[in-house]
Amino acid sequence: MAASQTSNGTTLRHAFGNVLSFFILILIGVLAFSIRLFSVIKYESVIHEFDPYFNYRVTQFLTKNGIYDFWNWFDDRTWYPLGRVIGGTVYPGLTLTAGSLWWFLNSLNIPLSVETICVFTAPIFSAFTSWATYLLTREVKGAGAGLTAAALIAMVPSYISRSVAGSYDNEAVVLGTLLAALVPVVGFNAVMTSEHFASFLVFIIIHVVAFVYYIKGILSPKMFKVAVTLVVSIGLLVCLAVVAVLVALVASSPTKGWSGRSLSLLDPTYASKYIPIIASVSEHQPPTWPSYFMDINVLAFLVPAGIIACFSPLSDASSFVILYIVTSVYFSGVMVRLMLVLAPAACILSGIALSEAFDIFTRSIKFQLPGLPGPPQVDAGETSSESTIPQNEVPKTKTDKSADTLKERPSRKNRKKEKEPVEKPSIKSQIEKRLLVLPFEGSVLAIFLLVLLGAFYVVHCVWAAAEAYSAPSIVLTSQSHDGLHVFDDFREAYAWLSHNTEVDDKVASWWDYGYQTTAMANRTVIVDNNTWNNTHIATVGTAMSSPEKAAWEIFNSLDVKYVLVVFGGLVGYPSDDINKFLWMVRIGGGVFPHIKEPDYLRDGQYRIDNQATPTMLNSLMYKLCYYRFVDTDGKGFDRVRRTEIGKKYFKLTHFEEVFTTHHWMVRLYKLKPPKNRIRGKTKKSKAKSSSTSSAKKSGTKRNPWH
Amino acid sequence: MEALRSLGQLVIALSIFSHLSLLAYSSSPQDLQILNAERRIDLTSHIVKVFLTLKVENTGTSPVSEVLLAFPPTQVDHLALLKAAITVGKKKKKSYVPLEVNPTELPDAPNGAKSFSISLLNPLNSGETATLEVLYILTHSLEPFPAEISQSESQLVYYRDSAIILSPYYIKQQTTFIRTPSTRVESFTRVESTNRAGSEIKYGPYKDRPAYSYSPIIVHFENNNAFAVVEELVREVEVSHWGNLQITEHYKLAHAGARHKGIFSRVDYQSRPHAGGVSSFKHLLARLPPRVHSVYYRDEIGNISSSHLRTDYLKSDLEIEPRYPLFGGWKATFVIGYGLPLEDFLFESPDGRRYLNFTFGCPLAETVVDKLTVKVVLPEGSKNPSAVVPFSVEQHLETKYSYLDVAGRTVVVLEKRNVVPEHNSHFQVYYTFNPVFMLAEPLMLVSTFFFVFMASVAYLHIDFSICKSS
Repeated sequence: MAASQTSNGTTLRHAFGNVLSFFILILIGVLAFSIRLFSVIKYESVIHEFDPYFNYRVTQFLTKNGIYDFWNWFDDRTWYPLGRVIGGTVYPGLTLTAGSLWWFLNSLNIPLSVETICVFTAPIFSAFTSWATYLLTREVKGAGAGLTAAALIAMVPSYISRSVAGSYDNEAVVLGTLLAALVPVVGFNAVMTSEHFASFLVFIIIHVVAFVYYIKGILSPKMFKVAVTLVVSIGLLVCLAVVAVLVALVASSPTKGWSGRSLSLLDPTYASKYIPIIASVSEHQPPTWPSYFMDINVLAFLVPAGIIACFSPLSDASSFVILYIVTSVYFSGVMVRLMLVLAPAACILSGIALSEAFDIFTRSIKFQLPGLPGPPQVDAGETSSESTIPQNEVPKTKTDKSADTLKERPSRKNRKKEKEPVEKPSIKSQIEKRLLVLPFEGSVLAIFLLVLLGAFYVVHCVWAAAEAYSAPSIVLTSQSHDGLHVFDDFREAYAWLSHNTEVDDKVASWWDYGYQTTAMANRTVIVDNNTWNNTHIATVGTAMSSPEKAAWEIFNSLDVKYVLVVFGGLVGYPSDDINKFLWMVRIGGGVFPHIKEPDYLRDGQYRIDNQATPTMLNSLMYKLCYYRFVDTDGKGFDRVRRTEIGKKYFKLTHFEEVFTTHHWMVRLYKLKPPKNRIRGKTKKSKAKSSSTSSAKKSGTKRNPWH
Repeated sequence: MEALRSLGQLVIALSIFSHLSLLAYSSSPQDLQILNAERRIDLTSHIVKVFLTLKVENTGTSPVSEVLLAFPPTQVDHLALLKAAITVGKKKKKSYVPLEVNPTELPDAPNGAKSFSISLLNPLNSGETATLEVLYILTHSLEPFPAEISQSESQLVYYRDSAIILSPYYIKQQTTFIRTPSTRVESFTRVESTNRAGSEIKYGPYKDRPAYSYSPIIVHFENNNAFAVVEELVREVEVSHWGNLQITEHYKLAHAGARHKGIFSRVDYQSRPHAGGVSSFKHLLARLPPRVHSVYYRDEIGNISSSHLRTDYLKSDLEIEPRYPLFGGWKATFVIGYGLPLEDFLFESPDGRRYLNFTFGCPLAETVVDKLTVKVVLPEGSKNPSAVVPFSVEQHLETKYSYLDVAGRTVVVLEKRNVVPEHNSHFQVYYTFNPVFMLAEPLMLVSTFFFVFMASVAYLHIDFSICKSS
């Protein structure tokens, strides 16, 4: 039927198809960008969560001080008193990208702030990602599948959750700038961790192969053979030497260079057994089944169909996709945050499945309407559906296919080579496909169901983007009977810190709030979200778990002036420090064995009511969180734990409250200055201190800060 | 003979000197006397307002065109504003005509007293009287004592002044009234005939005081009003001839009262607002022009959600709260931005130039601005800018580059220290502008896109491949 058309008409249609797919791609880019703006519209243009604040701060430094200072940046405002070499330990891809974007715009006299650039980097790169997905999938199963996959990945919730406007993090742009983030400029620290070796190797191999092909092209076969033997023999020697040095360096570290996070990928129980600090992060937990449905939704059902479609026929590209999905399914099963790796694979395979299914169904319909010319009929049938994904791709797929079978492409030089070998089998498959005609009613019904499925996916994605993943987590809102209520306590506390304390004051808090404190309050912190030094974190955990006096001594030895705790008991904010407290105990106890987890548990249960253990009720964290809490309602009812607190009336002797936010979510305490030892108290305190030190000696390891 | 000659020279020299001094001070202080002076000092907020009514009589022989006011040096440093007016007409038809006030130097003033001269409209003839109304405003003149207070204490301040009005003239009769914000007055200096009734302290009447009489007093009283001081305010007014006036105001706010010491307890602050934080403040009111749009209120780390905007035909009230209540010594920074329709503020003067007519001071009610910088960003291509401000300011020009600028925009920068709400008067910036410049940026964009498309068309029609693949 298609053969009856003139070649001129096919060219026109082909050109039309190209333009159409170009505009569809642009629209997909716009969709990918705009679906991520819910956070800006519903909340504000602000950096989200924890890690993005670090990246934002690094980008600010880069734009202010230039690339050389950035490279040599030793940050003394974090990990006090150790500091951190930022230039050597940060992945510079993201910050350099955003920094150069800012520089470019400012050199054009477009005065956008660094913050604006950082907020919108993730949506921009999501658009790039969807285009990259199109290119990848087109290599596997043609442009139709490519467009479907691009549309799917533009709004897959798993990726949206990492790349809403404001999520200025590596994960948001890593799919788009995979190479930039991995290019070995990461500094020696990053190079020396083994998990990057594989990607380096791949990177190097790709370049070597490309180089060899290039050389082969310009040399005669004989010369080439000589050159190969020469290069290979010298290269092997050099490689062996380099590998030997690297192996020696890596093997000198106890975990053979593998960081705990990567080890827990291979052995999912590793972290929970040995490194509580990794296990304590919620996104390092294995995902639950509902989270699969939440994050990739109907794609989970389409992926198997896509795998089957990839096997018929199996090519190099489609086998790569199959390998990709299999490995990513495994990794996503280990850690929640690796769902992000699964998302593009699932989108590619679902795109293939959807596009193949539409291909088959529309062809079945077309063959059973012999009187009418095919394509317009199909077009009409398609446009009546309201789903945007399959709407335009199907005629595109068909035009492409028919063009491939009938005529060589006139202009696109780079694709020519690949298309020519396809020509023959596709004619064969054309004959095969003629046999695969499904019943008319069944096909119509199936198309209708597929469109329904797509519509369901779109609705779910929009809901996820608007409701589930748009909250910036530094501002919380709740809908009550008298309208929207905003909880802006974190920024209240950070703003207070930045304006009403000395510039060089040190603030101690649990490591979750380290990045935010340095970025928003510009104060020195003891530990932050870059959890590189377990001992240091354990010290803070120990201080939080210790009684007031011991905690004061630890903090004082670290020059800490303020202690920040997050408390959700008044308004019912569940991810507060009391709920994280057991991790502090575990991490602290992992290094300083005088902190024992069972001391904080009553019969294996974590509780803060009157059944709680005395160790728990006397710990610094309990006291700082619940200090004068009973005065709010007279009972001290904790809305998160849904119980009355155990110890209601107590005084602080070594700390004083200096600030508490409006909803009590952040409480700041100041260390009282040490008391003068007067009026003959020296004797008594000496006796006391000797007793405490003997008590400490009973533990195997002493507090190094004491 | 020799002695006589030298005496004659001395006389001549003296007469020349006295003549010169007469030229320099056409009105010798002795020519005037003040029949009646009434001073009302308003201490209800942290901005001290003093209303002075002087009934002046010319007792000399020659007409007098200037009346002098004297201030102790400590007050001159804190003097934000000095205005004078003369009353014209009698009783019901009374009206006030503003007069020009200029600082002058008096060589014979004791203890470094500084003086200002009021230029009268018509010289005061011998034997005539005139009634002058003087308003002056002092900032940072209330000293907190104790200097540090805890959360629950209320704030006590000192006010220092003189019971007798400092004046270069002989004053026949005078009275001073001091109004305090509440009836709680810890102490006040008693000078003969001092009365206190409720929240008012009366000094006087005093009779027949010679020039430069001084009698220091100190009033120690409770003042829990918001000591809101904007340490630095930068107002940027950006003129766009496409119809918008964009204003961005950067504030550095501080509580300049008694410093907060010790703990801050949220329980006390929330459960007993009067006992637990009486000296703090949280609410601020910004009076913005009518027809304001796109208002935002934020700081370096994002939007501040606690604000309300009420608009009507005459004004817009923006109620804002800083992120946290401000206690003594606490600071906060924030930015307010808004847009205004250009036709309300930009006019054409008869000589063809354009001028922007805008308010100078700080829109926050009852605040002192230590340093105010107003930047008027004129559109690219504006020429010959000149500013007309009703009081003395420092001026200079800057260049700013904004969206797609090539030559940069001219910025008229006006700087003034010690600004009070009474400075909220209009100022004008005149400039010439050719409307053709409005098209520059759209044309730039159009041509850029044109060249991009041309380049892509060219790219698609040129074969770049190095060798033909078989």
